[in-house]
Amino acid sequence: MNPWPFVIAAYAVTLIAVAVLTLWAHGSMRRAEAAADKLNRK
Amino acid sequence: MHFLANPARFLRIARPVTAWLLAAGLILALAGMGAGLTLTPPDYLQGETVRILYVHVPAAWLGMAGWAGIAAASVSQLVWRHPLAAIAGRAIAPAGATFAFVCLATGSIWGRPTWGTWWEWDGRLTSMLVLFFLYLGYIALASAEKERGGEGRLAAIFGLIGAINLPIIHYSVLWWRTLHQGQSIGVTGSSIDGAILWPLPLTMLGFTALFGAVVLMRMRAELAEAKVEARMRRAAAA
Repeated sequence: MNPWPFVIAAYAVTLIAVAVLTLWAHGSMRRAEAAADKLNRK
Repeated sequence: MHFLANPARFLRIARPVTAWLLAAGLILALAGMGAGLTLTPPDYLQGETVRILYVHVPAAWLGMAGWAGIAAASVSQLVWRHPLAAIAGRAIAPAGATFAFVCLATGSIWGRPTWGTWWEWDGRLTSMLVLFFLYLGYIALASAEKERGGEGRLAAIFGLIGAINLPIIHYSVLWWRTLHQGQSIGVTGSSIDGAILWPLPLTMLGFTALFGAVVLMRMRAELAEAKVEARMRRAAAA
């Protein structure tokens, strides 16, 4: 059995999951802080 | 810890730390994964599939460490009523759930060529799956409590009860000798050869830094949302 498809699949799952988590956390932080800043400026 | 009870003081520290953790995490994790894929030799028994170790072990560690963090936040909330404890618990949960999922998925992918099966109701695998479901339960409970304006005490109690699963996961390979191998990396040393092991500290540190960055980003988002909500409520009452 060729092991490389399994190795690549494991790394792909990790990269995709961590990227989605990080981008979601970053996006929600940017949106929330922008909304708070907008209220501060009013 | 009480030093950080003031949200303004917490944010002054969290803002620069988030960026540093994010940058360090990305560099270390990518370097460790690159080294693990290209610079280490295959294992004499497992062959090339040993490379899955560099992503599976950090995911397992962070899945468990995340719940330990939730348990610590729960104690802090129930005993000292720390104002940021519930926010910390809610911020840790999605990151912990993601890494518990990655641990299960990469373990399953490793199991197929090594054990000949994607899944086995083994003590370690089952207790890790229970941890993943505990995370989902915690996220649902903490979100429902937050929506109802609660302090998050139920979620904190759930966080403490769920911590019972951590020693079960850790000792599962000793209590039930089934399919998952015993502990090969400990505090005092490792049974894995150094030529294979060296990228692992890079991915461990890298993913841990990314985990920390995600938790800080979620806490900052929750604090900003709370600020907006409080301002809107005051405006509506005026």
